[in-house]
Formats: sequence, structure tokens, C-alpha cells
Amino acid sequence: MVITGNTSEKHCPMKAISMIFQMVTSYGRYRAPIRCFLFRPCLYMSEEGSVQQVHNIVVAENGSDLNVLTGCTSGSSSGTHLGNSEFYVKKGATLHFTMIHAWGEEVETLPRTAVIVEEGGTFISDYISMQPGKKIKMYPAAYLKGPGATARFNSVLVGLPGTLVDIGSKVYLQAEGTRAEVISRTVSLGGEIIARGRLVGEVPGVKAHLECKGLLLHPEGKILAIPELEGRAVDLEMTHEAAVGKIDKEEVEYLMARGMSKEDAISAIVRGFLNVEILGLPAKLKQDLDEIVSESNKAS
Amino acid sequence: MLKIENLHVEIKGREILHGISLEVPDGEVHALLGPNGSGKSTLLMAAMGFSGYAVTKGRVLLDGKDITHIPINERARAGLGIAFQRPPIVKGIKTKHLVAICMNNGKIPGQDTSMRKDVEILAEDMHCRPFLDRELNSGLSGGEMKRSELMQLLAQDPRMVLLDEPESGVDIENIALLGKAINRLLGRNPEPNGKESLKEKRIQRRRSALIITHTGHILNYLFSDRGYVMIDGYIACEGNPRELLGTVEKYGYKECLKCVV
Repeated sequence: MVITGNTSEKHCPMKAISMIFQMVTSYGRYRAPIRCFLFRPCLYMSEEGSVQQVHNIVVAENGSDLNVLTGCTSGSSSGTHLGNSEFYVKKGATLHFTMIHAWGEEVETLPRTAVIVEEGGTFISDYISMQPGKKIKMYPAAYLKGPGATARFNSVLVGLPGTLVDIGSKVYLQAEGTRAEVISRTVSLGGEIIARGRLVGEVPGVKAHLECKGLLLHPEGKILAIPELEGRAVDLEMTHEAAVGKIDKEEVEYLMARGMSKEDAISAIVRGFLNVEILGLPAKLKQDLDEIVSESNKAS
Repeated sequence: MLKIENLHVEIKGREILHGISLEVPDGEVHALLGPNGSGKSTLLMAAMGFSGYAVTKGRVLLDGKDITHIPINERARAGLGIAFQRPPIVKGIKTKHLVAICMNNGKIPGQDTSMRKDVEILAEDMHCRPFLDRELNSGLSGGEMKRSELMQLLAQDPRMVLLDEPESGVDIENIALLGKAINRLLGRNPEPNGKESLKEKRIQRRRSALIITHTGHILNYLFSDRGYVMIDGYIACEGNPRELLGTVEKYGYKECLKCVV
């Protein structure tokens, strides 16, 4: 495995980023034969108004098992980040890709990502957007080309005031026995969030599920959930579930009756809703995320 | 301990309670009887301060302090605790986390291992171990729900307990367990340990309770000091709870209608 990047720990304003490096280097659970190349996993923009253009290629060779934790952030408040990523998951390989975004206020982010999964391969994407910048738009697509290939996308999105988060995941189920699961949890604290999702079943017998759930916690926020299912063959099973709502008062008051303050109760419920537990993040990163949720609640 | 004075409560603009007054002194257990829809739960929910239960007149006092308009968590911290009849499912929060929070006076505890141990011991006692790691109230049976509520209350250790039909939806075997847990919660039926007399023990641990019971089954496991019959948002009758229950069993609540002013 090769890791290169244009940042180092001392340049990173976010403690999270150094955590990520530690994770990448210590996570190892690699099985031979493995040959993976990973370019610029940690991206740092330092100059105002700059344009950062990157191209990532990740190849998980046959039977390999790779975890990649990557973070993108900026020291500058403005700029544009354009990222193209290609992921190749070869036969029987597993690629678990975790990405954390935390951008400056005026940064626009437009990543483009495609994933090809071969026979028996598994692609897992866990994406967390803590500070979306001014605008972030991405709609990665996974092509499950080999029989029994699997893709799973989990996204946790927090929309702060003045931001636009337009994020979704597409999965094309193109071979026998392929499976997909796309789950997004969004919380708007005043920002605009578009949560997309698209499943395309191209052959019989495939199974897939799509879930877009949002909590709207601020009167100026907006959440648009667009779950799409496209069946192109008989005998397939694709489902979706979408919801936009508020925090249930009964739940808050239930926790308050046990002595919790209203703020703590709301934070606990929002954290539970975001379901960050399942992502298996390093403790420090989880703590950072918890802090953002708590702080944001106070602000709203 | 708890005093309710001429309490009028509205739900969605409709008056449900029309001037309820009662007092539960230190260390006493009082039972609220009454048919469905008579306002028993409304009284408990209003006393705890839940939104949607608007107090339009009257007061709720805890240890002489007016708590009618303070937030729910402040009431909890002042020593008022409630067991819900149908607690809501809270996604993403594990039962054991809330029990630890109850033990820690409503605050989120740090990495305290001794507390984790205490939570496990309590869960073992309350037969709640199997769902300690589950999301709060998710997929619980009737009996499990009640045990979970009582476990949380035992961790919270309130001085004044409000119980809403602790026996509803619970089989006979489980009612005995619940009865035992409620007695433990209230410091009743203490067992001798050689040092202090049982009388001393009783005096030391003065917990009070107001318990709603529809069937009265729970009163077989728990001594109660006073009973009330609620009808249509009024207290129609009060007295010895066993006697009241006996009369209701024999003649039904319809006889109590005569006593509603």
C-alpha cells in the first residue's frame, strides 16, 4: 500500500486528520496477495480562492481486504475542490472506504466517483460531512459487475446554515446475486440538504434497499429526499424508505423525566438518529463528531 | 411530600381534570383507582410537567415547593420520578446508557467502570440483562417494558414515585417480581440484618408513591396507605384502598358516579 499526500500532521488544523493517518497506517488487516495504490488520501487546501484538482485511483486486488480512512479539509475559507475518484474492487476483495469532509465556509466541493465491483467483491463507503462548506455536490456510482458483488453506502450529513449539501449514491446491480444498501441520515440545522439515492436493478433476482431519513431542526432549513428505484428485469426486490421529520417531543420529555437537560436529551436523540455507532469510527473522531452535534444544537 | 391543590388540567383545550386535590405524605403509598378515561394518567403526566397537559388552575407542590411550572428535568432532580405505561422507543440510545445516566443524576457519565458494574448488577436483579444493549424500549414485551421502567427508577432513586399501571399487560409471575421491585424502590418490606430494627429501617427510608391501578392486582404485593377513586376528572371517593377496591369489584364504578359533584 502506498500513501502519499500533500499535507502533514503539523499543517492539519483538524485533529481528526492526524487520527486518520494513524488509522490508515495501523489498521492493517491485509491478506496476501494484495497490491493497492492510494493517491492523496488526505487533502488539505491552504490558499484562499485556490482550485484543487485531484485524481484518486484505488485498486483492491483479488482477495485483498483494505480499509481506507480519508479526510478532506481546508485551512482557507474559500476555494474549489474537484476530485475524481476511481475504485476497482477485484474478485473477492473488500474495500472499506471512510471519508470525512470538513470544509471552510466558502469552499465548493465537487467530487466525482465511480466504483466497479467484480465477482464476490464488497465495497463499503462510510461518508461523514461535518462541515459542508458553501456547497458540496456528489453522486458516486457503483457498478456491481460480478456475480454476488455487494455495495453499501452509509452517509451522515449535517447541514449548517448557508450551505448546500447535495449528496446521493447510485448503485447499478448488473449481475446475478448482487446486493446493495444505500442509507443516508441527514440533519439540517438551517442548511439545504438534497439526499438522493438511486438503485438500478438490471438482472433478475437482485436485492437492494434505499433509505433517506432526515431531521429538520431549523425553520430555515430544507431537506429534499429523492429515493429512486429503477427495475429493468423481472423477479427483483428493491425497496426504499424516506422520511423527513422533527425530533419527537415525547422522546425528549421521556429523557428529561430521567433527569437529562433538554439540550442533552436532544443531542442524544440526534446522535442516535445519525447512527454513527455503526460506522465504527475511531473514538477520537467520534468524539469530534459528538461535539459538533452538541454545539450545533446549542446554536440552533 | 407531594401535594396537589385544586388542579385543573386541559388537553388540547378540553378540561380533563376539574380541580383535583390530594396529598401524599412522606413515606406513604397512595393508590389511584378509576375507570379508563377518568383522568388518572392525566394527573400523573401533569404532575411530572409533560407538555400537552396544560395546568390552567391550581398547584403541584413537592416538599412544600411549588413545582407547577418548572421543567421536567428539574422536577426529576428535585426527587420526582415516573414510570411510563407505554414508554417511547428512542433509536440509537441503548438501555444501559440511560440507566447509567439515571444513576449519574441525569448527567452523561464518563468512562466510569464501577458505574458500568452497578448498571449490570441492577439489570441482573431486574431481569433486564437481555435487552441492556438494545435500543431503548425497542421490541420489548409488556413485562420487559415495566421492568425496564422500574430499573431506570431504581437507578434514579426518586423520593416521590409516580407509577402508571405497573401491572398492565404483565402475567402473574411477573407481577410478583414487579411488586418486589416496587417495594425495593419505596424501601418497603425491609429485611432484618441484625443491626437496625425494622422500624428504624422503615423510618430511615421514606419514599412515597402515587400508583395508578386499574385492576388493583398490584395492591396484593404492596401495602398502600390510602386510595382514591377518580371519575370523569373528579375524585369521587377516598379512603382505605382495599375497601374501595372491594366495593368497586362488587358494584362497579357506576355506583361511584353518584358521588361526583
